[in-house]
Amino acid sequence: MSTYIQNFIKFRPLLNELIMRDIKTKYRKSILGVFWTILNPLFMMVVLSVVFSNLFKFDIEYFPVYLLSGQLIFNFYNEATTSAMGAIIDNGPLIKKIYVPKYVFVLSRIFSSSINLLASFTALIFVMLAMRVELHYTVLLVPIPLFFIVFFSLGVGILLAAITVKFRDIMHLYSVFVTALMYLTPVIYPMSILPEWLEKIVLLNPITNILMMFRDVMMNNTVPSVSSILLAAVEVVVVMAAGLYVFYKRQDTFILDI
Amino acid sequence: MENMDIISVDHVSMRFRLASEKVDSLKEYFIKTLKSQISTNEFWALNDVSFQIQKGDALGLIGLNGSGKSTMLKIIAGVLKPTKGSVAVRGEVAPLIELGAGFDYDLTASENIFLNGALMGRSHEEMESYYDGIVEFSELKDFIDVPVKNFSSGMIARLAFAIATIGTPDILICDEVLSVGDFRFQEKCHKRIGEMLEKGTTLLFVSHSIEQVEGLCNKAVWLEHGNVKMFGECKEVAEIYRTAY
Repeated sequence: MSTYIQNFIKFRPLLNELIMRDIKTKYRKSILGVFWTILNPLFMMVVLSVVFSNLFKFDIEYFPVYLLSGQLIFNFYNEATTSAMGAIIDNGPLIKKIYVPKYVFVLSRIFSSSINLLASFTALIFVMLAMRVELHYTVLLVPIPLFFIVFFSLGVGILLAAITVKFRDIMHLYSVFVTALMYLTPVIYPMSILPEWLEKIVLLNPITNILMMFRDVMMNNTVPSVSSILLAAVEVVVVMAAGLYVFYKRQDTFILDI
Repeated sequence: MENMDIISVDHVSMRFRLASEKVDSLKEYFIKTLKSQISTNEFWALNDVSFQIQKGDALGLIGLNGSGKSTMLKIIAGVLKPTKGSVAVRGEVAPLIELGAGFDYDLTASENIFLNGALMGRSHEEMESYYDGIVEFSELKDFIDVPVKNFSSGMIARLAFAIATIGTPDILICDEVLSVGDFRFQEKCHKRIGEMLEKGTTLLFVSHSIEQVEGLCNKAVWLEHGNVKMFGECKEVAEIYRTAY
């Protein structure tokens, strides 16, 4: 165990450099550069809230904030897991030639998505201020749902990264899966429009629980219940354990399959 | 147990599955499992290889193409895990398996210096202290803020060599990297490697030029089709190797 920790400390700088690289290459040669991390979710929200407040009328106060908060959580999950899935394959040439602990590549993808998450969060705060939504003290509890969604995505991402190396079909299948998952998460619609049987299914989705927690602290001035926190914690632990186990078992064969 | 071997390779065998039997999709996997066609086609790149190196030795690996030299180096560097047997390495390894392997071609030379340092487990601050030395050795002062994709292969080789040989690693692995670059740069590299050897670095060196191996190494391993044909003093091995081909 201690050798794992030593190894992690040795490659901490690599994690930093990889995250920096992701951000640098993403915005290289664009004039606004890193500002796009905030502008992008803002523009997306404008488009979606114009579309949805005219096409479908949901009975929700501050619909743009409702939508943006849903998008923030779900888009992070989508971006983080999708990019983590390709982490091993994309860095194949490197893995073939230099010894590096392979989970570092997955971690770097998740963490650079997390930086985007923080930027989207800043955008959300701006929108809330602009719309004069009252900010409650419960906002200070926001690290709890954010922590859960980051580590839930890490667990899923590390699992996907490991199995995609062998089975490339997963890449194509997963994008369909994520689209389905989005409609099973109350990103756009309120829970109240769902018939009872569907509500049960939507509640089974771990992201729903985390998203509801997030909205509770951001908009509803509600402290998340102990049961929802426990449920999220158990789900994160299970997903992380499964991901780490599969990754650990498979990592030595990556190089033969890349 | 008094054992001063810095690298000990113990009955190492390495098996590869041939590409023709590669299974890329779930469907293929199930069909082939049902038909029990999953790769019976194997290739042993290394076969029961054993040798030991003491600290300060310079070991040359010689042999024809496909004899398993690069596979052996990759196993020692920790990139590959052997199918059978084990390798024990005591110390820090600086791998030069392919020049520029760790480069991101969209980043500039100076950004790549830090990225490559990090790949070897060195922190940003540590790399700051080596930075000037790397720039000077690679002679790329005027191109340091140019993306590496615009570099010539010689420039990439210079930069990669300069980064890989910073500090005094315990073990330096060189896989035919000295065959690139011009004559003057090759000489400079030889000098740098010589200096490192004097400081006690252990060298693992692969080259097709038997003269280069003789010039740098004191021990040699001759591999043929994944088997050790001969292991011993460099001069003796080189002599027989020459007469064989």
